[in-house]
Amino acid sequence: MEIKNKAAAGTLESSDIYVVVEPNENGIDLHLESIVYNQFNEEIEKAVRDVLNDFNVENIKIQLKDRGAVECAIRARVETALKRAGGVNS
Amino acid sequence: MRRSMLFMPGNSAGMLLNADALGADSIILDLEDAVSPAEKDSARILVRNALKHLNYSNCEIIVRINSIDSEFWKSDLQEIIPLRPHMIMPPKINSAGDVQIIAEYMKEIEEKHNIDKPTYIIPLIETALGVENAFEIAKSSDRVKAIFLGAEDLTADLRCKRTKNGDEIFYSRGRMVTAARAAGIDVYDTPFTDVEDEEGLREDALFAKSLGFTGKACISPRHVMTINEVFSPTIEEVEYAREVMDIIRVAEEQGKGAISLHGKMIDAPIVARARQTLEMAEALGGGVYNE
Repeated sequence: MEIKNKAAAGTLESSDIYVVVEPNENGIDLHLESIVYNQFNEEIEKAVRDVLNDFNVENIKIQLKDRGAVECAIRARVETALKRAGGVNS
Repeated sequence: MRRSMLFMPGNSAGMLLNADALGADSIILDLEDAVSPAEKDSARILVRNALKHLNYSNCEIIVRINSIDSEFWKSDLQEIIPLRPHMIMPPKINSAGDVQIIAEYMKEIEEKHNIDKPTYIIPLIETALGVENAFEIAKSSDRVKAIFLGAEDLTADLRCKRTKNGDEIFYSRGRMVTAARAAGIDVYDTPFTDVEDEEGLREDALFAKSLGFTGKACISPRHVMTINEVFSPTIEEVEYAREVMDIIRVAEEQGKGAISLHGKMIDAPIVARARQTLEMAEALGGGVYNE
């Protein structure tokens, strides 16, 4: 999937994550802030990269502000942002 | 066994997380009114993932999809049906035809995903036309296991004010109960929307129960316990039901056609009600509430 536009998904509410994606020319540029960064940064990043892989995204700038979201919510918000950025309506 | 149905906004990650820990018999994951048009895609994906990964083992799962006059309902079903919720709640159902359109599309998705057990439907009836067609809606499909009255949209359609005592929906409540019972299915009452008014909720729920409703929906977790309590049999009701069943056994053994208990003739409707009370007490694991 090609990232065509800048797009966002999610919220800054507790147990949610706010995701902003935008086009990038040189691979995956991932920035993560999390209230549980020290405990779970690897797990969160893996979940995000799994979704990028599922959608064959190779070039993207992705910024994440995590408020303690569980994995299925992280995956949902990243997927939503990707679909919004790719111009795919689903 | 379903007494309470608690609405949860479909786009709230935090609320979905513990949705099954709030005591409700059913939770309604809402993709419709609780979600703004700009967030429909986001809520649909979040609810799909929640159904896939969160283990909602303590309660029944209902998903309220968007209405068939919106652009969203087919996408909602495509994402949600493969995750096998217990029921789909389509809103603004006006006719049997509306249900059949939805049921047909659900069948298509189920066949595509090799799902052999159909997902049930609980139509939300919230228009004057829907109320007038309640029996046809209740009988429209084998998937319809209950109907649910939505009074907020209904009163807007009726062009009257929604009041706490609910005189304006008295006819609709009666018609819904009669239609559901004639069709042999359950029927659920509209939420009581004043979250702070505990006594008002209790009165409203007791009145709905007295009309024949199976249970009641709510929009606040704070209302769940009161609704569960009101729609559960009391200890006195269970004891009376046991006495009825005992005396009926005696009558059968003695070959009597009619028998009385505490001076009152015990006839078939009383026995049927006693049986329902005991079945419900059984479903609650013997858990009954004292009035």
